Amino acid sequence: MNTPVSPSHASAPASPATEPILELKDVKTHFPIHQGFLFRRQVGTVKAVDGVSLQVARGEVLGLVGESGCGKSTLARTILQLLPTTSGAVILGGKNLSLQSAEELRTQRKGLQMVFQDPYASLNPRMTVFATLAEPLLVHGACDKSQITARVAELMERVGLAPRFMQKYPHEFSGGQRQRIAIARALALRPEVIIADEPVSALDVSIQAQILNLLATLVREMSLTLVFIAHDLSVVKHISNRVAVMYLGKIVELGEASDVIERPQHPYTRALVSAIPTPNPDVERNRRRIVLPGDPPSPIYPPAGCTFHPRCPYAQEKCKTAFPPLVSYEGREVACVRLGEI
Amino acid sequence: MPLLSVKDLRTYFHTRNGVYRAVDGVSFNLEPGETLGIVGESGSGKSVTCYSIMGLIPQPPGRIEGGSALFDGVDLLRCTPKQSRSIRGKRIAMIFQDPMTSLNPYMRISEQLVEPLLIHEKISRGDALKRALAMLDAVGINDAAKRIHYYPHEFSGGMRQRVMIAMALITQPELLIADEPTTALDVTVQAQILELIKRLQREFNMAVIFITHDLGVVSGLCDRVQVMYAGKIVETAETRTLFYQPRHPYTRALQQSIPSLQPKGAELFTIPGMPPDLSKPAIGCPFAPRCAFALPKCVEREPQLAEYNAGHLQACIRVQAGDL
Repeated sequence: MNTPVSPSHASAPASPATEPILELKDVKTHFPIHQGFLFRRQVGTVKAVDGVSLQVARGEVLGLVGESGCGKSTLARTILQLLPTTSGAVILGGKNLSLQSAEELRTQRKGLQMVFQDPYASLNPRMTVFATLAEPLLVHGACDKSQITARVAELMERVGLAPRFMQKYPHEFSGGQRQRIAIARALALRPEVIIADEPVSALDVSIQAQILNLLATLVREMSLTLVFIAHDLSVVKHISNRVAVMYLGKIVELGEASDVIERPQHPYTRALVSAIPTPNPDVERNRRRIVLPGDPPSPIYPPAGCTFHPRCPYAQEKCKTAFPPLVSYEGREVACVRLGEI
Repeated sequence: MPLLSVKDLRTYFHTRNGVYRAVDGVSFNLEPGETLGIVGESGSGKSVTCYSIMGLIPQPPGRIEGGSALFDGVDLLRCTPKQSRSIRGKRIAMIFQDPMTSLNPYMRISEQLVEPLLIHEKISRGDALKRALAMLDAVGINDAAKRIHYYPHEFSGGMRQRVMIAMALITQPELLIADEPTTALDVTVQAQILELIKRLQREFNMAVIFITHDLGVVSGLCDRVQVMYAGKIVETAETRTLFYQPRHPYTRALQQSIPSLQPKGAELFTIPGMPPDLSKPAIGCPFAPRCAFALPKCVEREPQLAEYNAGHLQACIRVQAGDL
């Protein structure tokens, strides 16, 4: 698909005052679909990420929201180059990661770490906390051998775990504690950027708050840059400076977090915000909820034009022709041709 | 007369590592047509309570140690298998969290939809299929006449949950138990399913027990909310009262830890510590070790649910003594 390059990185971005540490330029991640056994041929393409341009400033927390299947996790894996970029560039600290060799990439990844959603699956059950946290240090030679125990203890304290649990295995910890171990592992190499893919959605409310507090403290004290992926808008609003809303592989709205969530402009963001149940019975009973018809379309056969138009309450004929580019509107960027009319 | 009356239900799991008191003395009533929300964190016993009522507890390791659950005069915990079959799936239906694992992947939707009708009612196959089709229409599946012959994998998550709801409601039950039916779904689809449950409840005038960990979902849907902690009910009240005048320290702490209710950027309120290990015998209030208001007397004896106001029960001895 020939999506026009969105002008978001050409125009002035919403807030980053300093030089961006992480920059995505028209990143596309496509997966070919093959069919047949002897004569394998490509029958289609899943456009999981389809032309995403973003800038993340040093010390910023960028929230990335969208429903399942919108490509937010694929985007995270593409930023880390766990998946190759089909086209476009992922630039970390001035270096284009998509062009580098495996060797160079390994060094670059020291500065770019990830925290996964499920702390039950992301920790090796046969490795103690010590082994889990020491591994990155040893692989990268980031720490003198004699210093390792001290460094592991320091990391554990950093995330609020007592160092005396160093020789315990993941099954001996609760979900929240496991997520702390995963965060400590991500911090081991003193990265500049951390990508957290739904780090709290597998946890209970009271534990969620603990992990969010921890992440916020780490960002503040270690001047980390955080890309925070979630489907829960209230969590994203709380922790992020800016938020990007994705729908079917594309960013549809990007701007200052509380601004976007309190006064959403794109019809999809509006529906998303109105779908969140609020823990306030009077508000909840009286408000009018925008209930979107149907399910998100398949990314193999995305609708022509604006991919949201089949579910959009404001769709018109002109929405079916081309995907609208992100344009600046009231201090943010929105991809909708009917801006201002609706 | 209440539709369902649960009294002092105790369900324990006997494992190699000890006895887990998953549900430990739960009592509540449910009126016809009422919507009751049961909230709590994982392991608080909210699902086990409903599984016990439905007779879905695997025995062993589970065992229902005591109590009763009267549904229209029949004790569900002690009735004969024949009696229980005439109620379960006919007058009480249940929907589960994950619609993919609760539908049979080898059976067409049509087969699964008519099954409860053929079992519970004297009805011909053709008529049953007609009812199934009407039900699929009612839950908002477009092109139902064609899609009724699909297999579950041909539906999306939200559609599967609609099929589950159609299957549960096809016998027009008086009580629907919904165990986190929207937790696995996206927010926009969750909104669709919640609207659907609300509409169908009005149409069929059935009672609903809605199990969830999300206080937001409860606030718009339920008439009454019951908060569970460590296998016990700690507070129950009419929804508005519970949200605006919570009394029990756990309910208050749970509300305070919701991000959307707190000022942006501020340190989030957290409950220190972790839920208790249910296999260890505990004396006194199970929340006391994490409670900001705990006193030595809190761990001396077990608090009982007592009326704070009409219809508002809570189990904190300090609130009961009037000093909170």
